[in-house]
Amino acid sequence: MDATQVIFIVSAALIVVSALMVVTSRNLVHAALWLISALFGVAILYVLLEAGFLAVVQVVVYIGAIAIMFIFAVMLTRRDMLDKGPQVNASWPVALGLCLLTFVGLGFLLSRFGDKFSHLPGALPPNLDPLLALGNALVSPQAFVLPFEVASVLLLAALVGAVYVARNHK
Amino acid sequence: MQNPWLYIGLFLVVGAIIPVVPIVFSALISPKKPNKIKQSTYECGMETVGDSWVQFRADYYIFALVFLVFDVETVFLFPWALSLKALPIFAVFEGVLFIMILIVGLVYTWRKGMLEWA
Amino acid sequence: MDLFLTDPIKMVYDWLMQLLTGWGLPGAVANVLLILVGIVVLIIVAMTIDIMLVWLERKVVARFQGRLGPNRVGLFGLLQPIPDIIKLIIKEDITPTGADKVVFNMAPILSLASVIFLWAVIPLAATVYGADLNVGLLYLVAAGALGTLSIIMAGWASNNKYAVLGAYRQVATMLSFEIPMIAALLIPTILASSLSLKTITTAQGGVWFFWLSPLGALIFLVAAIAELGRSPFDLNEGESEIVSGYHIEYTGMKFGLFFAGELLHAFTFGAFIGILFFGGWSFFGIERIPGLGWMASSPYFGAVAVLLKGVFFYWVIMWIKYTVPRIRIDHMLAFNWKFLTPLSFVLLMVTAMVNRLLQDFANTPQWPIYVGGMFLSNILIGWITIEILRVYGRKQKAKEPVHPAAKSVAAPSAGHH
Repeated sequence: MDATQVIFIVSAALIVVSALMVVTSRNLVHAALWLISALFGVAILYVLLEAGFLAVVQVVVYIGAIAIMFIFAVMLTRRDMLDKGPQVNASWPVALGLCLLTFVGLGFLLSRFGDKFSHLPGALPPNLDPLLALGNALVSPQAFVLPFEVASVLLLAALVGAVYVARNHK
Repeated sequence: MQNPWLYIGLFLVVGAIIPVVPIVFSALISPKKPNKIKQSTYECGMETVGDSWVQFRADYYIFALVFLVFDVETVFLFPWALSLKALPIFAVFEGVLFIMILIVGLVYTWRKGMLEWA
Repeated sequence: MDLFLTDPIKMVYDWLMQLLTGWGLPGAVANVLLILVGIVVLIIVAMTIDIMLVWLERKVVARFQGRLGPNRVGLFGLLQPIPDIIKLIIKEDITPTGADKVVFNMAPILSLASVIFLWAVIPLAATVYGADLNVGLLYLVAAGALGTLSIIMAGWASNNKYAVLGAYRQVATMLSFEIPMIAALLIPTILASSLSLKTITTAQGGVWFFWLSPLGALIFLVAAIAELGRSPFDLNEGESEIVSGYHIEYTGMKFGLFFAGELLHAFTFGAFIGILFFGGWSFFGIERIPGLGWMASSPYFGAVAVLLKGVFFYWVIMWIKYTVPRIRIDHMLAFNWKFLTPLSFVLLMVTAMVNRLLQDFANTPQWPIYVGGMFLSNILIGWITIEILRVYGRKQKAKEPVHPAAKSVAAPSAGHH
């Protein structure tokens, strides 16, 4: 049981517990804050996979922009509109049964993979600088330049759509 | 050289604990005399008028949205900027094209009046 | 002894490591323990600087306003922060009714913690730094995002109209100005081809990035002042408007943490400007003088250089704060989205193109072409911007109706002589 496994288990537990609290919190702002904690756990997982750039981008974009937008959207509601009813409805035993069945089925399926899950990802080649390689891949015609430019068009489409939906239609 | 992320991880843990120390210290030393008047919400010394919920202007949300799109754009630009020195010259123009497409988006938003604080 | 002069941290680390493994601890545990000791030392240094900043802030604001500032406690009032801290600690901690207790208490802790996190990547010298992350610049932005989060938490949890208003406006400011800040941060990235702060500083060995991109440094300074929430962008602390904004309901040490966090944040950004654009630990090129090379390249002088540059830019930020009046929120958002963001992206594109075209001259005897070309391109963009603003300003002035009082004042004087 080495350090990487311990950190993985801790961050996975953090993510699962936070996700559970997001869904079951009665107070919406608390739910948003638990979501932030779950996203932070995902950032820790990225670090474990030696993708430091993605970890920091996760914090900057998800926690710094998207989670703040969630909180802004939550604040549009009145403060006393907490969820006051019961958190479960009448058919919860059926739902629980289905969940357990799915879990057992998935567990069985994954166990058939044998020991393909028991090793860590392979080490990167020593002379490879991941950030430079990423930059290279994003602009070289043999790699991902077309998706790179299409991504900007996608962002433009998102912006235009949001502006159209949000403006005052006179 | 050891992994710098180990340092960062430990730093986050210690850095999150250290600000708690003065607060705990203060909680041990300071007097505690809760009193209904002291704990009432501050509104320049008067009774509060209405409940403490202000109409959240939708303008804030629009700015957050535009910020999100540009934030993702700048994140895409980071790997491009890093490897600019080692790449052939058309790589610069690909990045410039990327930025120009999003400047078109900014101009569209501007012209539609979404950047006004109504 | 040689190691003491060039790499004191490694020397201490090796010695302690030998000591600990001699006592029987396995190597990995000893490593973690030593890292923890190093972290605590660094944070204590940062907090000590923070305490001295309280004195510096009060003295400088006093001098700007024509008064003396603290001069009773200790020589020149240098011990003033200590009674300040004692006062804050012994104050009663009042939590308003209806406040969300958990979030209310977490907000000041997160606010100060997000500033302390920045100190992990600051290189004080070539061998004195926390961690040489290969994504150091983005880590900076990420820590800023945590600070933004703490402000919303503080505003919402206080159950107070003014707190919520102050928090919304402050967060809108901080989000908006992050875009020109990141665009300005992309400029040292292009020039140094790396995101790691240590590599950016060593890449400035020849010529500081300020000479290559003065407009980038200026944009970063303005965006950083907005990120810090300092005047003229301090909508949160609109003392005449919303009485302290999201700080309203915080008493005692919790307010102290917010205040200390803000001061340390300003100083840290001052240090960042020094590192990113003004050469970091290089002592104005003294280390190139033969004979003084050993002195100027030692980590002690490097750390002093970084801290001095930090203090200088902190003073510049304070200068702006105590000179310029507060900006209204709609002016500020218009300034960001209609002026600063397009300007910073245009600057980014031009810098990328000019750098790529001229970079072959960078380390050769024709380096003045490179430096001159980059500098002139910045000046050109600045001049074009001022011309555009001038034309726009004239058009706006022509559209304004003449005030009726001006007409009546003009008429009698026309008849006098």
